[in-house]
Parts: sequence; C-alpha cells; structure tokens
Amino acid sequence: MSGYINTLLFGIYPYIALVVLILGTAIRYDREQYGWRSGSSQLLRRRQLIWGSVLFHVGVLVIFFGHLVGLLTPIAIFDALGISHGAKQLLAIVAGGVAGVMAIIGASLLVHRRLFDARVRANSSTTDTLIIILLWIQLALGLMTIPISMQHLDGEEMVKFMSWAQGIFTFNFEASSYVAEVSFIFKAHLFLGLTILLLFPFTRLVHMLSVPLGFFWRPGYQVVRERNQRAQPTRLPAAE
Amino acid sequence: MSHLLNRLNFLARKNTGTFSDGHGVTTNESRDWEDAYRKRWQHDKIVRSTHGVNCTGSCSWKIYVKGGIVTWETQQTDYPRTRPDLPNHEPRGCSRGASYSWYMYSANRVKYPLVRSRLLKLWRRERAVKTPVGAWAAIQQDPAKRAEYTKVRGLGGFVRASWDEVNEIIAAANAYTARTHGPDRVIGFSPIPAMSMVSYAAGSRYLSLLGGTCMSFYDWYCDLPPASPMTWGEQTDVPESADWYNSSFLILWGSNVPQTRTPDAHFYTEVRYRGAKSVVVSPDYSEAAKFSDIWLHPKQGTDAALAMAMGHVILREFHLDRQAEYFEDYCRRYTDMPMLVRLVEKDGRYVPDRLLRASDFRGKLGEKNNPEWKTVAIDRKSGKIVAPTGSVGFRWGEKGKWNLESKDGKGEDVELEMSLILDADRDTVANVAFPYFGNREHDHFAGTDHDSVLERAVPAKKVKLASGEALVATVFDLFVANYGLDRGLGDNSCAKSYDDEAPYTPAWAEKITGVPRDHIVTVAREFALNAEKTNGRSMVILGAGLNHWYHMDMNYRGIINLLVMCGCVGQSGGGWSHYVGQEKLRPQTGWLPLAFGLDWGRPPRQMNSTSFFYAHTDQWRYETLKVDEILSPTAPEGPWDGTLIDYNIRAERMGWLPSAPQLKTNPLDVAKAAGEAGQEAKDYVAAQLKSGDLQMSCEDPDDPANWPRNLFVWRSNLLGSSGKGHEYFLKHLLGTANGVMGKDLGEEGRQRAREAVWHETAPEGKLDLLVTLDFRMSTTCVYSDIVLPTATWYEKNDLNTSDMHPFIHPLSSAADPAWEARSDWDIFKGIARKFSEVAPEVLGVEKDVVLVPILHDTPGELAQPFEVEDWKTGKVEPVPGKTMPAVAVVERDYPNLYKRFTALGPLMDKLGNGGKGISWNTEHEVEALGRLNGVVTEEGATKGRPRIDSDIDATEVILMLAPETNGEVAVKAWDALSQNTGRDHTHLALPKEDEKIRFRDVVAQPRKIISSPTWSGLESEKVCYNAGYTNVHELIPWRTITGRQQLYQDHLWMRAFGEAFCVYRPPIDTKSINPMIAEKSKGKPSVVLNFITPHQKWGIHSTYSDNLLMLTLNRGGPVVWISEEDAKTAGLVDNDWVEVFNVNGAIVARVVVSQRMKQGTVYMYHAQEKIVNTPGSQITGQRGGIHNSVTRAITKPTHMIGGYAHQAYGFNYYGTVGSNRDEFVVVHKMEEVDWMEGPYRETGEKKEAAE
Repeated sequence: MSGYINTLLFGIYPYIALVVLILGTAIRYDREQYGWRSGSSQLLRRRQLIWGSVLFHVGVLVIFFGHLVGLLTPIAIFDALGISHGAKQLLAIVAGGVAGVMAIIGASLLVHRRLFDARVRANSSTTDTLIIILLWIQLALGLMTIPISMQHLDGEEMVKFMSWAQGIFTFNFEASSYVAEVSFIFKAHLFLGLTILLLFPFTRLVHMLSVPLGFFWRPGYQVVRERNQRAQPTRLPAAE
Repeated sequence: MSHLLNRLNFLARKNTGTFSDGHGVTTNESRDWEDAYRKRWQHDKIVRSTHGVNCTGSCSWKIYVKGGIVTWETQQTDYPRTRPDLPNHEPRGCSRGASYSWYMYSANRVKYPLVRSRLLKLWRRERAVKTPVGAWAAIQQDPAKRAEYTKVRGLGGFVRASWDEVNEIIAAANAYTARTHGPDRVIGFSPIPAMSMVSYAAGSRYLSLLGGTCMSFYDWYCDLPPASPMTWGEQTDVPESADWYNSSFLILWGSNVPQTRTPDAHFYTEVRYRGAKSVVVSPDYSEAAKFSDIWLHPKQGTDAALAMAMGHVILREFHLDRQAEYFEDYCRRYTDMPMLVRLVEKDGRYVPDRLLRASDFRGKLGEKNNPEWKTVAIDRKSGKIVAPTGSVGFRWGEKGKWNLESKDGKGEDVELEMSLILDADRDTVANVAFPYFGNREHDHFAGTDHDSVLERAVPAKKVKLASGEALVATVFDLFVANYGLDRGLGDNSCAKSYDDEAPYTPAWAEKITGVPRDHIVTVAREFALNAEKTNGRSMVILGAGLNHWYHMDMNYRGIINLLVMCGCVGQSGGGWSHYVGQEKLRPQTGWLPLAFGLDWGRPPRQMNSTSFFYAHTDQWRYETLKVDEILSPTAPEGPWDGTLIDYNIRAERMGWLPSAPQLKTNPLDVAKAAGEAGQEAKDYVAAQLKSGDLQMSCEDPDDPANWPRNLFVWRSNLLGSSGKGHEYFLKHLLGTANGVMGKDLGEEGRQRAREAVWHETAPEGKLDLLVTLDFRMSTTCVYSDIVLPTATWYEKNDLNTSDMHPFIHPLSSAADPAWEARSDWDIFKGIARKFSEVAPEVLGVEKDVVLVPILHDTPGELAQPFEVEDWKTGKVEPVPGKTMPAVAVVERDYPNLYKRFTALGPLMDKLGNGGKGISWNTEHEVEALGRLNGVVTEEGATKGRPRIDSDIDATEVILMLAPETNGEVAVKAWDALSQNTGRDHTHLALPKEDEKIRFRDVVAQPRKIISSPTWSGLESEKVCYNAGYTNVHELIPWRTITGRQQLYQDHLWMRAFGEAFCVYRPPIDTKSINPMIAEKSKGKPSVVLNFITPHQKWGIHSTYSDNLLMLTLNRGGPVVWISEEDAKTAGLVDNDWVEVFNVNGAIVARVVVSQRMKQGTVYMYHAQEKIVNTPGSQITGQRGGIHNSVTRAITKPTHMIGGYAHQAYGFNYYGTVGSNRDEFVVVHKMEEVDWMEGPYRETGEKKEAAE
C-alpha cells in the first residue's frame, strides 16, 4: 500500500470520521429528536430477538470497552502497573475472542432475522440493514485478527495500534505510519471501524448515547419538573 | 433552544429538592419537549361538517385543520336543546365516523382524473383528426375499437388525464348518445340525496337538463319497505330516535341499533332506565340482544309467522274476547277495517274481492266526483251504507272533504261499523277462502301440512248494487278470519286455543319459527296491554334484517298490523320505526326543482333501478322463480302466465312503472316525426304504439337500440356494494371478466319470457362509457372507464338531513379539495360547460318526448279503478296517463345547457312549487333568491335569473324554496293542504313564519326545521317527531285509497298473488345450489347455508370498508361468519380461507366461527371491497367477488302495481325492490390461496376453473 493511501486512510480519514461523528451526532440530536431511538422491532417479531440481541449486546459491549481501554490507555500506564505487553495481548485475545464469538453469533441471528423475516424486513430502513451487516463484517474481521495476533504474542503489534490510536488523538501527524506495515486484515478492520464511526450519526446506533444509565443512581422515584423560571417583568410601583 | 445544549448541564444543579423522604425529586431540567404534546393537539381552525354516508347519523363533527391539512375530527356537542324532559341528543358520532379523515390523504384517494389508457389512446388518435363527437363516433362505430377497452374493465390500466380532456370525452359521449340513440340512454345512478343534497343535485340537474335518466336507489337497495306505501301511501316516515324515549314498550326487530345506529342508541339505553320494557328479535346473538328483557331468536326469514301469531293473540284478547276501547276507536277512525269488501263466489266458496265503491250503487251514494274511488262502509247509527270522507276520491277534483272527520260525503256525522258479527247486522255467514303458503316445500324451511286454501266463516251482508245483489263483509271481519280466530260461528277449521296447531296460533308459529309459544303470547299480550294503558306508546324498531327478504311485505305488514290494531301509529312513543337508509330528505320540495331541473323543464326522466338492472344486466335471462310458485291458489281468473319480466313489461306498458330507455326510437326523432305528422305527441305515440311502429324499449332489452349507453355513478359504490347480481353486471352490462356460472334459460331449455324478445346470444358490454366520481378508489372506480376525483365530505359545502333527528346539518369545506379533486357540483358544472361547447356540433334546441308513469300524489293516480287491462291485448285503447304512460314534450336547449345549469329557471315563477299533491306560488322566494345569490348579468338565455354558481348558491336555493327551512313557505304549504282537507292547519307553522334558515346558520349550529305538510309528523316544542302524527291529530288522511291505514290490499294483482291480507310466506327457492354443489365441491366437506348480508361493524356504514383503521380492527379483509356446528360440518376452523358460491358466482373470504351465529346461516357484512386482501377463487378463476357475487335480483309482481291510488309509482316511493336474503350458498375450504399477482395477460384473462 502506498504511503499516500496509507496516510489518507489512517492519518486523515480518522479525523473526517470523528468530525462527522461528533458534529453529525450533535446536529441530529438537535434536529431529529423523534428519530433518536433504537428502532426496536420487538413488537413485530420476538423470534430470534432475545438470543440474538442479548448475545450481540453483551459481546459488543465487552469488545467496545476493551477497545476503548486497550487502545486509548497510554502505554506508560500499563508499564507503570507492571502489565507486560504479552499479558495484555493475551487478555485481549481471550476476552475479545469470547466476546467476539458471542457477538457474532448474536449478530448472525439478527442479520438473518432482519433479512428473512418479512415483517421486520418490510419495516427496515436501508441504514438499519446496512449497519447490522457492517457490524457483522467488522466482528468477523476482528475475529480473523486473532490467528494473526497469535503469531505476535509479544504484543508488539498491539502496541502499534495503541500508538496509532493515541497518535490520532494527540494530533501526531506520524500516526498513520505506525500501522503502515500491519496485516491487511487489521487494516480492513481499522478502516471499517472508522467507517462505522462515520456512519454512526446516521443510524440507529445513536441509541447507545441515550442508555438511561442515570436510572441506576437517580434519587427518588417520582420526578417533578419545576415550572421553568421566567424573568419577572419590571413593574413600576404606584406613584408616591 | 438547542436540545444538546440543554443537556450539557453537567455542572449545573439539576435536582432542586426532594420530597417524601427522598422518594421524590424536583428538577429544573428543560421542559421544552412537552411542547411536542401541546402541538399535537393544536390546530388552526375547526370547521363543522358531517359524513355524507347513508348511516342516518347526520352527526355534527368538528373537523380540525392544521397547516391546510385536515388532521382529525371529534364530536360536536352544541345541538340545540329540544325539551326539558328529553335527554340531550349529543354526543352523536361513532368511532367509524371518527376514522373518516384517514381517507383524505390515504393511498386510496383518487387524486387526478383517471382514464382507461386504451380508451385514451383511441381517443387521442381519433381526436387528432376529428371533432369531439366525430372522434367518439369513430370509436363506438368500430366494434373492435370499442371492445379494446370495454373487455378489460376492472383489470387495471388507468392513466392520468387533464380535466379538460376527460370533460371533453364525457361531453362528446353524451352528445353522441343523445343524437344517435336518445338522451334517455344517458343514465345516472346516485343514492340517498339526504346525505349530500347538492352533490346529488349536481349530477341529477345535469342529467335532467340533458334529458338523461336518474335512477332510484331506495327500492334497489331494498331499503324501501313496499308495505309502507301499501299501508300509508307514504314512502317511509318514521319517528325520530328521541321519540324512543317516549315509549314504554320497545321491540327491536331485525335491527341492530347499537351497531348500525350508534349515535342514537343512547336513547334506547336511557328509556330503559326510565322503565321501558325491551324485547329484541334477532336470529343471531347480535349486539342489540344485550338491550333485551326477552330475546326472541326465530329462524331467519320467518318473522311474518311470529308477527302473525302475536297478532292472533292480540286480536283474541283485545278485540274479540274484550274490546279495548282505545283500540276500537282508533281502528274505526284511522283504519280501513270498517270498509266493505265484496265477496265473490269461486269453486263453491267465497273469495274476498275488491273494496266496494260508491259507484257500485245506483245513484252512486250521491257522489258525483270520482265515485269509483270512494270506498264505503256502514254507518252504525243509521245502518245505511255511506261513503266516508277522506278516501282518495275526495282528494282530487273537489275541495274541503279530504279529511278524517267522522263524516260522509254529504257532511252527515257517521260512526262506522267495524264488524257484522251481531245477528242483527249480518245476513249470512260466508265460507271465505284464504290462501295458505306455509305448506310449500323448501329444503331449509319447515312447513306445516295444512291445505293451500283455508276456509273461514265470515259474517256477511247482502247489499243491493247497481249490478244486482252482492255479498259483502267488513275488512275487520275478514282480517280476523285470516288470522284463524274463532268467532263463534261454528267454524271447525279455525283455532280453538293457542295450543291448536292451526295457522296462525302461537303453537303453529313455534313450529315454524322455533320461538316457544309462551314467549310469543307473553310478548304480544304485554305489547298490547302497554299500548292500551298508554294510548299507543308501544313501538317496533325494525330494519334491513326483515326487509331484505323476497316476501318482506309480509314481515312488515305482520308487524304493522300489530301496531295498527293497538293504535300505536301516529302516537308519541309508538309506531313503526323503520330505519333503513337515510331516506329522509327533509327540505325535499325545495330540493326537487334544483335536482331535477324542474325550473327549466318538466317532467324529469326517472327510473326504478331494480327493474332497470334486472333487464339490462340480463338477470332476467337466468330467472328460476316461476310465477306459479308465488301465485295464490285463490287467484281470480287472469293471464297469470309468463315469467317475471313479462309482468314488468306489462307494468311499464300500462304506465305503472317507468321505463328507461323508453322507446326503441330516439325520442328526439319521435318528437320530430310527431311534428311532421301534425299530431300532438301523445296522440302520435299512442297511435304508433298501437300500430307497432313504435316499440317500448322494455320489450327487447337486449336489442342494441335499447341499451343504456352512458352511465354516471357518483356518491355510490354500485359495483362494490349495492349491485345485486354483481357478476351479471360484469358480464352483460360491462362485458368484462366475470364469475357467472349459471346457464341462462335458453341453454337450460326452461320456460322463457312471453313478452320479452329472446336473443340466442346475450349481449356483453352494453355500456359505451362508465364514469364514476369518487374520492376513493372503490370497486366501482376500478371497473370504470373514467374516474373523476371528487371532494371528500370535509372539502365541500352541502346539506345533510336524517330521519333520526330533527336538525338540518351542513357539510362544509374545511380545506380545499386535495390534489386535483373538485366538488361534485364543480365537476358536473365543468361537464355541463364542456357539453355546451361540444353539443352544437350535433344538437340544437330540440323537442324531447318523455314518457311518464302514472304518478302517486297526482290526480293521475286515479287511473285504473277496477280491472287490469293491457292495451296490447286490444281490449282497451292506449290512452296516455290512463292505460299507458303519460306523454310529455320537453324542450332541451343543448347549447345553453351550462347557462341553464347555473341559473334558476322561469318555471318556478310560472308554475310554482309543491309536492305530495299540493302546490303553492313561489314567486316571492325566487325574487328573494335573486337578491341573495345575485342575478345573471351576462347576455343570453338566462339573463336576469337568480344565479346558482357555487355549491353554497345551490344550498340557498334548497333552503329558500323548502317549507322546512323557510317559515313563509311552510305557511303557504299548510294553507294549500288546508284547502284540500277543509281544516285549518296553518297554526302548525304560523309561529315560525318569519324564520328563514340559511346556509351560514346551519354552519353556525345545526337548526331545528319547521313543520311542513310534506311530512306526517311535527317539528314542535311539544312532541317529538312521530310519523302519522298529523294524520291522527290533524285528521289529514293517509294517501291511500281509503284515506286510512290500509290493511286490506284489494288491487287485482295483490289478490292474485295472495297478499290482500298479510300471510306467512316462507322464503322462495332460488334454486342456485343444486346445480353447483356436486360439480364444484367434489365430495369435499361443505355446508349449505342461508346467505345474509347485514350492515357492518367495521366499515363506515354500508360502503366504506377499505379504511385501514377499520381493517385493522377486523382481520384486514373479507370475512364471513358461521356457527360452530356448521364449521364442524364443513371441517372448518376459525380464520380458514373459504369459498362461498352458488350459480351466481363465488366469494373468497376468511371464516369467523362464532357462537353468536345461528346454525344454518352465513353472514357476510355488506360491502367488503374486493380490492382489499381478496385472493382468487378456484371455482371461477377470477378474483373473489363482493357480497353480491352470489346474489341475483328477483322481482315481485306486486311491486309493479301502478295507476291505483297508493299503489301508483313514485320515484323511490314504490316499485320493484332488490331483495337478496333468500339466497343459499355452499361454503367449503379453499385448498390453495392464489393472490393472482402479476401483470394482465391478454390471453389468460379467464383461467378455466380447476377441472
């Protein structure tokens, strides 16, 4: 892969994806409140949904937080904690592998249901179908990286990705070079991941921003919203 | 504000406090999201409108508009209050009505003018080189071109066209038809003017100015109860629903008030709280059954037997064993019971003949005017025979004696004798024969084995007539004998007790109906007892469930007899409440001139639809009911030969029924020929008919010269709802793919018509052009050649009235018609304008010869007092208006048709206005209209006349001219009637003389209308509207031969067909099953069931069932209901797909298996569109049909009677009716469900049945 394309895909594209992700999400939140939803099709058909959805969500959440922590935690912190690169790599392979398998089983069920259940299909938008297929491919690519990673149990490959990811966020213009030499599978995985971030504001994925976590620690069962305060008009008192 | 920024408040304190020990929390977060809910119910304006559907609701609705779009509707609650002791009218409106706005923006909305693409291609090709009429002629005169589009009707292929282009096609077709075949070949079908009067009038005005034919609906829908004209000389008149509240004994008989009269049902509930007793008669456990104290469930179709048994009990206990004073007095004064009937000897016994008339006596009892139309009775005091006032002879030709005062023609006080039972009164006891039909064999109805002729002892008297001595009896004595009651005259054949199984005892009825005898006795006794104690506050609410049987007259007359013998008719809280179809066009006399162009030319062409469709859809060619199956064993001598259509042809020839088309020759040419011959048209036509040079069209309905050519359908779903014999319509009238499986009489080699010309091959595709106006793509639209998008009920200005409440209500425009839709008024105005442009090519000012039947409520109704003679036999001369239809000549100004359409013509000033036999001067109203609407200022034929440009102008014409909405006219109308009756009735309207209701008034609030002599009840602050009220309380005669409630029908044909008195007649055998069952069911489990089509729960009354909201509530497509037992027989479980079929065609539906159903019946709710969720039928190879695919109209000769006082024709008043309940079907499970998807293939259009 030429250096130019590598820079474009992993040096510039990430910024495009992130800008679209952030601005797109903000604008959609402001303008499309009624479309900001998970778009559940549970009312139309329960079949395959419970297994598919639970497996998928549990797997994906583990993977998501694994990637988040694994990629964006500065390497110095791992070193300081005494976690060797090899151990971290192994952890990533085992935990990611298990979660990945769960997620892809779940996603397979969901893809099948979305494409072959007439009711669900009739009620699916193009992006609904597209995003679940992309996620399935992304999961597959992720799992396909495991055999490659097995050949690098020292964790050095992993460090490349951490350096790249952190490089992007620290505006290190050399960031793309860290991943220039990695396997094609990894590159495809990265590219698709960025694309999913890019598509995020346009899909039902936005529902992850509205998970009502606050309920877990919200005080009180009954919420009373106060009348919004209005400025009191200035009125003149009676003339003395 | 930004939603996002509002959420970015991590640093601000959101929670401002807690309460309830921390279980509650107050917050100050943004509440902007609540506005979404507020905006959901915000709107720009509310407009008052209603639903122009025939549900009789006429409910007031608020139509909400937001951003120019109608968003939803809710009930209005601002009706004027009536009286302090009555419950409110509101809320009116049901959930079905509330779903209506769905249609306006649904995919099913017709949005643009649509034309069959093949027709449009032909037209454009021809039109490029020809004039409009020339282009249409070129298409019609080439059979191949014509067939190109007629053969694919109903198979898709519509394209959009411009208004200008479709109007030109229609105008050219109409002009070509008028010139080539005659204007009466342009036909229009639109029902129920009361549901949107101006929309109806738009089309009928256009047609009437053209000379086209307007078709009736009430008889065709079988909503017209012929028993009403027979008994009262009145189309239908009923109490308003509020009057239920005045009753104390209610029978709900074959009517399903909560389901089909939802907005009125509350009165029923309320009166039950007030203590009224409630009996519900319904074979199925209907929604109404919950109202009942006693639920009677007779076998379907045997209601007359139940009514006869109840009458038996009431007569026994209240008229014979004891004479209830109120009943006796009522019957004497208000019924024909005292009238004398001649008894004629036949086969050694006597048969009741016609009513005796003054003319039968030497000296004619001193009556010079119409003595042959004055019935006679015995005066109790003097013992003399007198001609009491009020009979129809007094109505015409003299003034002041047509009333129900107890006087005779000479002005002497009389008290009429009801019975000759006392030894002193009778000369002899005659052995009188009555027909009995309950012994006729029917596969599905139990009979008894009594003789076909029942002999009863009747007290009789010998009287001296001009022709010699004759034996006579009173109607009462004959009436009682007919009920099989013992009079102590040593008659062994009549019933000795209620447990005797002689006709018509409760025990006998138990056998026929399955209702236990003690229930019959209890209900009858309590019904009468209540009436006696309350002076007639017993009421029967009845409906389509009874009226749609072939012998509906018997069901109805059986019940009417009960009401009359208990003095309930015309009394508050009592009487006959027949609610079927919104027939009550309250401002009728104001509407008629507008609707039928009476301001420019009279008379209009009107046709009874049943006879028309029977002939022109060739259903007569398949007739299985033979005359001898319905003829009475006591029939007098007569030519009772031929088939049913022969009777209709005779009736048309004798001027009894109207004709359309009328003459085989173009009436424009007839007028010309008469002029050339130097004869008056009526003399010319009579002579030419006699010589045979002119022929009436009815004699050869299959000859192309007699085909209807253009058909307009508007405000109607003729092919998806009311078209009995749907498949015959498709085959013969439209000429397209159809499911007719029966063979015609020619193929079968059965008895054929005598009078009708038989063509070996029946025509297919009689219509050149079918134009439908609708706002939704109904089944009728799908079969049309041109579909015009019309305004919905929330997009036009119009008027609406109901028989259920006393208010007049508007439809008003909440939003402009969406897409390219236009109101009906604007559509026909547009066609008229185009027609006036196109017509001069072939038409100028023409003379048109119009045949008019002998009309009820005109002096002509006194046409044929005694014998029935057909001039064709040569025994009598054809005399227009007497022995044949009247002949009139009307001038048609075709080039000025548009101008005439939009201005009120001069005949109103010249001839005045009127209705139901009275007329008044209306110059003042015309002048006022000119000032209100403005006058035409353009030069031309209509300069200076009041304008009728907009739909609101049209409403003002109606409101100004009608007595119901203009107090001044009401006073004039009552005054006109007072002259006839010799009694002053103006006090009924004088207090409201200054009241004038205008369109804007009813838009502001529905208005109570003003009492008018058009109706038999009062709009008053003292009583609820009740039919017959003014007859009883103002002594205005009923418009029958005796002037009284007519229980004895003495016309020759009534006697011949055994219905002079009410009798029980089992349903007829339509013979539509046996030819099919073996061949088509092939040993599969199946069940034969009686096919019943009630009004539905999940559709907007009888027409709109494709509404998504309604479909969602009920299985989303066509369903039929059957009982659990029948389901087991046919191996069916709930929701199976079934085929329902007989020789007439096949229906495909899902089956609902329900405990509610009575064994032996299948219900298919009316008008479930075949355009929704309807797969193909394996039997016909066609898409499954509508509910009328398995029915065929069968006419009844007694409904053809005319020229005889109350039995004279009136548009929507009398005539053949399209009954459909006697039909049986086979139900079996479908093996495969074929949705028949895919494009139309030229060759495979009729897949052969899977054989």
